[in-house]
Amino acid sequence: MAETTTHVAEPTRRDFLYIATGAAAAIGGATLVWPFVQSLAPDAATVAAGAPVEVDLAPIAEGQIVKVFWRGKLIFIRHRTPDEIKAAADVNVASLRDPQPDSARVKDGKAQWLVVYGNCTHLGCVPLGNSGEYNGWFCPCHGSVFDTSGRVRGGPAPINLPIPPYAFASDTKVIIGQEATA
Amino acid sequence: MSQHPTTYVPKSAFGRWFESRLPVAGLVHSSFVAFPVPRNLTYFWTFGAILAFMLVAQIVTGVFLAMYYTPNADLAFQSVEHIMRDVNYGWLIRYLHANGASMFFIAVYIHIFRNFYYGSYKAPREVLYILGVIIFILMMATAFMGYVLPWGQMSFWGATVITNLFSAIPLVGETIVSYLWGGYSVGNPTLNRFFSLHYLLPFMIAGVVALHIWALHVPGQNNPTGIPIKSGKDAVPFTPYATIKDIFAVVVFLIFFAYWVFYIPNYLGHADNYIPANPAVTPAHIVPEWYFLPFYAILRAIPDKLGGVIAMFAAIVIWVFMPWLDTSKVRSTAYRPLYKQFFWVFVGVCLVLGWLGSRPAEGWYVIASQICTVYYFAHFLIVLPVLGFVERPLPLPNSILESVMGVQKGGAGMPAGANAEPQSKG
Ligand code: HEM
Ligand code: FES
Repeated sequence: MAETTTHVAEPTRRDFLYIATGAAAAIGGATLVWPFVQSLAPDAATVAAGAPVEVDLAPIAEGQIVKVFWRGKLIFIRHRTPDEIKAAADVNVASLRDPQPDSARVKDGKAQWLVVYGNCTHLGCVPLGNSGEYNGWFCPCHGSVFDTSGRVRGGPAPINLPIPPYAFASDTKVIIGQEATA
Repeated sequence: MSQHPTTYVPKSAFGRWFESRLPVAGLVHSSFVAFPVPRNLTYFWTFGAILAFMLVAQIVTGVFLAMYYTPNADLAFQSVEHIMRDVNYGWLIRYLHANGASMFFIAVYIHIFRNFYYGSYKAPREVLYILGVIIFILMMATAFMGYVLPWGQMSFWGATVITNLFSAIPLVGETIVSYLWGGYSVGNPTLNRFFSLHYLLPFMIAGVVALHIWALHVPGQNNPTGIPIKSGKDAVPFTPYATIKDIFAVVVFLIFFAYWVFYIPNYLGHADNYIPANPAVTPAHIVPEWYFLPFYAILRAIPDKLGGVIAMFAAIVIWVFMPWLDTSKVRSTAYRPLYKQFFWVFVGVCLVLGWLGSRPAEGWYVIASQICTVYYFAHFLIVLPVLGFVERPLPLPNSILESVMGVQKGGAGMPAGANAEPQSKG
């Protein structure tokens, strides 16, 4: 060691062996971390439990919000009143924090049905329905306000309540977790 | 005794035989018997011993709880009720553990503010101090994960809110959060891994505590004057002086602890945590445990998700830089008339932040949190660096002895009586 470091001369075969050994150990170590980190990800059973769920809309009265779960995540299905639809549509989209027209958040011809994830996009609390300044949702945790389209209108939440993948199987039935095929 | 022995001599033949093979008795002797302790330490210096005691207490009560607890989302809540109702003295063990966490934090906050007041973070104790900050962060992680284990409403929503902090990280945030959860929301996999880590972290804390004490024994303890030990007259040996004083302080602290456990065991908890976790409903006021409140207030003061998360973590990380942000050469605030005022304002701001953290995030509470947050950071980034240049400190005593006994005639010389030693030690 002392010799190879004091004489700055030619790299020796031993230097090569040191570097090769060190590199093998470093790469080997880093590779071994992979399975351990991967084991923390959602496991196969959890992913499999994400199969689409079917929800019957018939019993949901106008003005009512129901909560369902898909992949362990809460989802709101809101049967909007004509007033609520109008309020959501009559908004200057450019003035929004996360600009999205109401029409992009519902299926064509089904504006009365709003299907959104039910966890606040700030830190995940469940906002209270039919409350807040816009009568959409109000999050009790840190005061985020959502309108009747689930768009953020105030408070710390950065984005609108996201829309899960879903499709209408019939006029009164949605399948959550399945993209529309049409 | 002013010449403390540096080499330990075992008395028995077995002692000598063992010591030459594993010199552990010598290590204990030099660290906890002969170790010189400044003679002017106050009771603020007993909190280290109190903390060491609390760590052991949490580990002992925790190991027993783990025998009766079930880390499964469907059974955890039941198993904690089982501990409370069926396990013999289970109620006592659980209340000791739950209140013990709060006592641990009371002690650590006193310990930390003691360091802030007496400038113990300054050279040559920077590494010692930074190890302390690491211990504090590990304690916060441990306590947070412990609070999730009973799987009540506060457990569940506390876990949801805190893990979601990581979703603020751009690009990879969502992935990181799903790796923390082991699913698409807080659930059984989350509970399992939190239990595993809650069991592990206290032992990691114990490891860092060993380094902390090792680093302490290089420069020795700071003291209320902030000036170092200059001669044997400034010090007394750890045993019996510090040993007895520490034991006495632990006993007094235990009386305080016992009051909470036996008279108001649920005062520091939240009633909502006696409701089983329900992923469809968030409690009206979700509030963390009291010891997180100042940081929680800072999180909520910033009206931006990422900004709030950064400010909250920065509020702790900034402690690490204190030894370099504080430009004053004088350690002890007792000799810093200007800083003394700022120190107490800072203490006040931290307490107000704690109170604001427990209020709903609306109206003037938010404004007040913002003002306090700005002040909190200004204390570190403006007050500490600037005061070192503009403040005129009071004259320091020549020695610890002088500060205790008064200036003796004949200058810095020792009076004959001082050699008779330490009856004068308080
Ligand atoms: C740094 C030390 C520790 C701290 C600050 C701490 C903190 C906590 C807290 C705050 C709780 C929630 C109490 C409640 O509301 O019921 C808890 C629960 C628990 N802890 Fe710890 N803990 C520590 C060490 C340990 C250790 C070493 C173990 C196991 C070996 C352990 C095992 C448990 C168990 C099984 C529970 C669930 C039962 C319950 O909720 O009472 N803890 N811990
Ligand atoms: S979680 Fe909804 S505002 Fe913070």
